Amino acid sequence: MIRTTALTKVFRSRDREVTALDHVDLHVAEGEIFGVLGRSGAGKSTLIRTVNLLERPTSGTVEVAGRELTALSAGRLRAERRRIGMIFQHFNLLSSRDVAGNVAVPLEIAGVGRAERTRKVGELLDLVGLSAHAKAYPAQLSGGQKQRVGIARALANDPRVLLCDEATSALDPETTRSILDLLRDLRSSLGLTILLITHEMDVVKTVCDSAALMEAGRVVESGSLTDLLTRPDSRLARDMFPLGLSADGTGGTVVDITFRGAETAQPFVSTLARTYNVDVNILGAAVETVAGRQVGRMRIALDGTFEQNVVPIGYLREQGLQVDVLGQDTAARPFPGPTASDSDSASAVSATAGKDA
Amino acid sequence: MPWDELRPLLWTATQETFSMVGWTMLFTVAVGLPIGVLLVLTDKGGLLNARFGAASPVTALNRVLGLVVNVGRSFPFLILLVALIPFTRWVMGLFGQATAIGTDAMVVPLTVAAIPFFARLVETSVREVDRGLVEAAQAMGASVPTVVRKVLVREALPSLVAGLTTTTIAVIGYSAMAGVIGAGGLGDLAIRYGYKNFDDRTMTVTVVLLIVIVQAVQFTGGFVSRRLNHR
Repeated sequence: MIRTTALTKVFRSRDREVTALDHVDLHVAEGEIFGVLGRSGAGKSTLIRTVNLLERPTSGTVEVAGRELTALSAGRLRAERRRIGMIFQHFNLLSSRDVAGNVAVPLEIAGVGRAERTRKVGELLDLVGLSAHAKAYPAQLSGGQKQRVGIARALANDPRVLLCDEATSALDPETTRSILDLLRDLRSSLGLTILLITHEMDVVKTVCDSAALMEAGRVVESGSLTDLLTRPDSRLARDMFPLGLSADGTGGTVVDITFRGAETAQPFVSTLARTYNVDVNILGAAVETVAGRQVGRMRIALDGTFEQNVVPIGYLREQGLQVDVLGQDTAARPFPGPTASDSDSASAVSATAGKDA
Repeated sequence: MPWDELRPLLWTATQETFSMVGWTMLFTVAVGLPIGVLLVLTDKGGLLNARFGAASPVTALNRVLGLVVNVGRSFPFLILLVALIPFTRWVMGLFGQATAIGTDAMVVPLTVAAIPFFARLVETSVREVDRGLVEAAQAMGASVPTVVRKVLVREALPSLVAGLTTTTIAVIGYSAMAGVIGAGGLGDLAIRYGYKNFDDRTMTVTVVLLIVIVQAVQFTGGFVSRRLNHR
């Protein structure tokens, strides 16, 4: 639905150049909620602004709903933009118009007649639960309500794509949650494709199907969340789902197990202990709901060396579990401690002995 | 001067002041508002500048407009008034009465002086509109004229009204020089009868009347500006 190809944006000021986007290839499939995560300055804001060409890329192409926006004339681009909704961190509502007036703006721009406008505005306010505030001015609304107005406005011309530029970053956690719920509902009911950028991992975890991690203008990692979680070296997955334990202080072989969906129901730890007669020491475990699915991670220590434990580990792999043996092949690398998720050394975690047994 | 003589003079002068200031403000808004908006649109980072590129004639237009506005604002009004006499006569000729004197003719130099003054105030007001609002409108597919109408001018309106108020009061002040080209008005009355004839009563009454008018303009402008402001 959204595809960027080798998207590059270089900002030039008098004597220096800043590469905000460096050959970014992004693909957002129809109907999915795609999150771009990154710190400030990583280029994610520039990225979302180039998708509807608020920012012209220096090179590369942008394609939305099969149309190459970068190739369009100014007039055609304006017409295409009407089919791409956008919401903003600071809402960007007109202070001079009331709620209904704000939602009507895109309809006016699209040349919709007055009667139809009134009908559509009523419908949209209903959709976001703000019918009672139609006559209120933005200054009288709370942040969450303002963002709801922003969403209603963005949906006015029935777009197929919604861009969210840090849409929840100015909101408190509870309000963030309700806005994310609304976005997810709208995705299902309207068949929207949503591209959002955020610096909050929680947002990605709560609402996204897929995610990309941006650093210094590049996408360093991307994929569906469920796939990312099974990649042992995925920084997104680890940040999203930290075990927060070190392997220190244990003899034996330390193993990370990642399991999803139906696998969570298997009593594999007790089976393991019983069948192979090994002592299993659970160092840490967590189960979370990511992208609407149950995902768990567990770190266990098995008595003895890796060589002694090849068979039980093979058993775990046979169960369809993602098994990563710590220290294996990577013994020389520093192992991240509990706070290592922020440091660069974190990326060195547990590249494993074979992804599949 | 006895009251009986003064009263009709005051009445006529008040009407003349209102006429001069009224017409002047009409033309000033008609010309000054677009110039002020253009100053923003053509400036670095402005919508037209972004659209056509910094190397285009847009930048040149910005420089020229800026220069014209500054030159216009540099003139002491009295000098501008006199220097413009041929121009005033030409403009009045377009309206079928080629003269550089009288209350109607006074509207020309007043307008010429008020336009750059107002344009700068418009520029400041429009510049203060949040860039995010402009972007939001662009993201909805708005063209530059639509952004100007629905966002820039509309959002700046309370501030524009305040600028209009300030300009109106400045024009009321300028209009006191009208006597130089044989036009009337309250200011002229105060100068000719009050100041030059040492008639304290005429002077005092006229000045008090001007104070009342200025107060009324300020109050009305402030009221309207506040009513328009929903921030």
